[in-house]
Amino acid sequence: MDIRVQDAAFDPGALLSQFTPHAARAGAGAVISFTGLVRDLPGATGGLSRMVIEHYPGMTEKALHDIAQQASSRWSLGPVLILHRFGALTPEQPIMMVATASAHRADAFLAADFLMDYLKSRAPFWKKEFTADGAAWVAAKDSDEDALSRWR
Amino acid sequence: MDVLYFAWVRERIGLPKERVDTSAATVMDLVRELSAREDRYALAFSDLSALRVAVDQELSDFDAPLGGVREVAFFPPMTGG
Repeated sequence: MDIRVQDAAFDPGALLSQFTPHAARAGAGAVISFTGLVRDLPGATGGLSRMVIEHYPGMTEKALHDIAQQASSRWSLGPVLILHRFGALTPEQPIMMVATASAHRADAFLAADFLMDYLKSRAPFWKKEFTADGAAWVAAKDSDEDALSRWR
Repeated sequence: MDVLYFAWVRERIGLPKERVDTSAATVMDLVRELSAREDRYALAFSDLSALRVAVDQELSDFDAPLGGVREVAFFPPMTGG
């Protein structure tokens, strides 16, 4: 299980290139990856100038570990990677990445979907968007909370 | 114990972390105690449905007991991913 919480930018392609042979050596026949990107805000004056992600050092790593552990106990998985950035980001930059591996694709697909749903509303990250009009914290969506009920 | 605040809760209260000497039995007692201090606390805690709490870095409830607890954190619903 590879859990990373970092302010540094990352290259999703490079990470996947490292993850894939590692998963193959562990016996995987399928690798799924998800990359989350900072979307621009076309409706705001001048668009999104930056997004700042705050997190809870200590709890964040524990929560991500716990989420990955839950996924590994529900599905038959090989290696799992979760990387999430914090600090200042600009539009089009990758925010986070999840990669899962399994012998057959269904487990890896389901686990990646599960990890994303849990990450959204159970990992202590908060996003703040800055535009020429001012700054605002991104509000949690009810649909994110509802998504968790799929897995109960 | 250490009390931590994140996101708009931190901004509203005006600090990220403080040491609080308290005999509060539950998180709710601690919220009442802090709210009684100053308006900025009362304002931050005015709508508990908009807040989440972690006790010793585990998501918890407002009726959670505080005996032996070292760290309590208050924050809005999380927006990761």
